[in-house]
Amino acid sequence: MNTNMKRRLFLKASLATGAVGMAVGTGLLMPGDVLAARTVAAFNAESVDGAVKEGMGSDAMTDSAEITLDIPDNPENGAVVPVSVATTLTGVQSIALLVEKNAKPLCGIFYPGKRMKPALSIRVKVGESADVIAVVKSGDKLYSARKAVKVTIGGCG
Amino acid sequence: MASKSIKLKAKAENGETTVKALIKHPMETGRRKDKETGEAIPIHYIQEVSCSYQGEPVLTAEWGPTISKNPFMSFTFTGGAAGETIELSWKDNKGGSESASATIK
Repeated sequence: MNTNMKRRLFLKASLATGAVGMAVGTGLLMPGDVLAARTVAAFNAESVDGAVKEGMGSDAMTDSAEITLDIPDNPENGAVVPVSVATTLTGVQSIALLVEKNAKPLCGIFYPGKRMKPALSIRVKVGESADVIAVVKSGDKLYSARKAVKVTIGGCG
Repeated sequence: MASKSIKLKAKAENGETTVKALIKHPMETGRRKDKETGEAIPIHYIQEVSCSYQGEPVLTAEWGPTISKNPFMSFTFTGGAAGETIELSWKDNKGGSESASATIK
């Protein structure tokens, strides 16, 4: 393949991603309007503070020892990083998980029902070594905890 | 209810029920390119997951594409007894959805 061809492909590919990104951003790709506009903005935010503000209503977080994050120190494969979050805070309204250096840091927001214990395990992608952050909303206030994770193979490529 | 994409298990112990769910889904971020054609692989991921116990919502979640491929999730709720049922469903950004139920053991 000559250089010209390669450039074509690259252009095509980047144009395609751009279009998809825009469609998601403007809500064109939301079948049946599943997600509220607020959450779409949170998942598209490119900073931790931006995502927390859009997704949880404020970015004023207090570090809390009442949140525990259980993640292996060196998970190696960033595509599958097991994360367990638990908190002893009461009246938990939502729990968000974020990865600081991912292009879009917000992984998910979890809304526990009355019966659920405020703890869960899930697996996330970590693009490069970065802090994994848990934000817990309780009594309309935000509390956070973080843990550094080192990956040898990035998980977002 | 049979579901191709969801494996759902729940176990009651000491007045609590632990739920484990494994969902088969590509969870494409939209940032990867096909190695042979160079074309971007379109974004395709689960956006909404909800789990209920006897019709009562236990957990609802909103996911982004950075939840790992073939997502696994586990959590615990108070109550629940062997023989009762739990349900889990998901919806993705392409309009796909599925739900499954399981009997608590």
